[in-house]
Amino acid sequence: MPWTRDDMTARAARELKDGFYVNLGIGIPTLVANHIPPGVEVTLQSENGMLGMGPYPFEGEEDADLVNAGKMTISELDASSYFNSAESFAMIRGGHIDLSVLGAMQVAANGDLANWMVPGKMVKGMGGAMDLVAGVKRVIVVMEHSEKSGRSKLVRECTLPLTGKGVVDLLITDLGVFDIDRGRSAVRLVELAPGVTLDHVRAHTEADFVTDLA
Amino acid sequence: MATKIQSDAATALAGLLFDGMTVMAGGFGLCGIPENLILAIRDSGVKDLTVVSNNCGVDGFGLGLLLENGQIRKMISSYVGENELFERLYIEGKLEVEFTPQGTLAERIRAGGAGIPAFFTRTGVGTVVAEGKETREFDGETYLMERALKADLSIVKAWKGDAAGNLIYRKTARNFNPMMATAGRVCVAEVEALVETGSLDKDLIHTPGVYVHRILKGPAYEKRIERLTTRPRSEKASA
Repeated sequence: MPWTRDDMTARAARELKDGFYVNLGIGIPTLVANHIPPGVEVTLQSENGMLGMGPYPFEGEEDADLVNAGKMTISELDASSYFNSAESFAMIRGGHIDLSVLGAMQVAANGDLANWMVPGKMVKGMGGAMDLVAGVKRVIVVMEHSEKSGRSKLVRECTLPLTGKGVVDLLITDLGVFDIDRGRSAVRLVELAPGVTLDHVRAHTEADFVTDLA
Repeated sequence: MATKIQSDAATALAGLLFDGMTVMAGGFGLCGIPENLILAIRDSGVKDLTVVSNNCGVDGFGLGLLLENGQIRKMISSYVGENELFERLYIEGKLEVEFTPQGTLAERIRAGGAGIPAFFTRTGVGTVVAEGKETREFDGETYLMERALKADLSIVKAWKGDAAGNLIYRKTARNFNPMMATAGRVCVAEVEALVETGSLDKDLIHTPGVYVHRILKGPAYEKRIERLTTRPRSEKASA
């Protein structure tokens, strides 16, 4: 059985270390917050200007002045702080954030990431993604292994406009976990989702990869 | 000294608007947007605007109102995914867009207000954002030169303000507002509470009054929530 979105984000959460400052991208990566392992305390950064993001507010306590980067209402914690957007990205660009988890449309064997635009079709903008991949110490991507059409999203070279060059450290898909290492070495399959075979991954992956798994 | 306090948004913008001008508007999504000043700009009918704002509101609210009214020629933004009309106008070639990474956008505005004409950043190196821009190596790493942004007018929204133009923002409604206040040739601020000068804690002022030329108390704030997410009361509190 390939991993569900919940499984993938739970796997991503295992990369969190106690004391980390973490930025979670909008969409699926947001779910990582639901799987933080016991005994691990992390501080979530929201790029619209908050450190120490709390859970969704109780019904009736929502505050229009308190939202996350996905424009969802959230709450504050005792240790939370607020700041402006320039300060927020000084934190990100300046290398003060330990880990970022992002979604993607394509990841390439050389560590390139594309996740912001499909020319002529989807025009939403890159938001903070280009800043995050340029400045955060470790970048994990969580995405479905294949497009709805069946086409592999782990590719030899990105065909979509890039978000960053050589920026992905680790890739988690519904089929397994790949060490991308920012393209410094060959892509390595390090973990298979339960019941998924190596042959299945090979048949559904455009990029070349190595593995010690049988 | 002439008073900075204005009776309403239309009066606050008197003499400042002209076709083809550049306007910066604070806010992230619909959080911390100058609702009343946007309405006054819509009612003025000024057109061919270049608008610098992280987003472009939603269909029917915020900057989306200026878009619907055909007043915006060009947007400089990082993300516009919440606005169907925007996407349609852009794909049809009726709207010019300069996509700027969010951190680069914030820093370009900060630089504009701080008298720094350009800066170097790693953000966007090797992407379409780098096209036509100068790059330079520092300590073995490639950086991109980004130019500062300024505007003819900046409109910002704060929580509290006083007659001196000092501003305090609330929670994540701060976002782009403080930098934009510094980068407009003229800055007009609207606040939820216009308080007596001297009553704000001077150590906690986010935007000192020098940047704010005109200030008004907004008559009402809708403060629309884009995505209402809550948890039931029965659930135990957990971080």
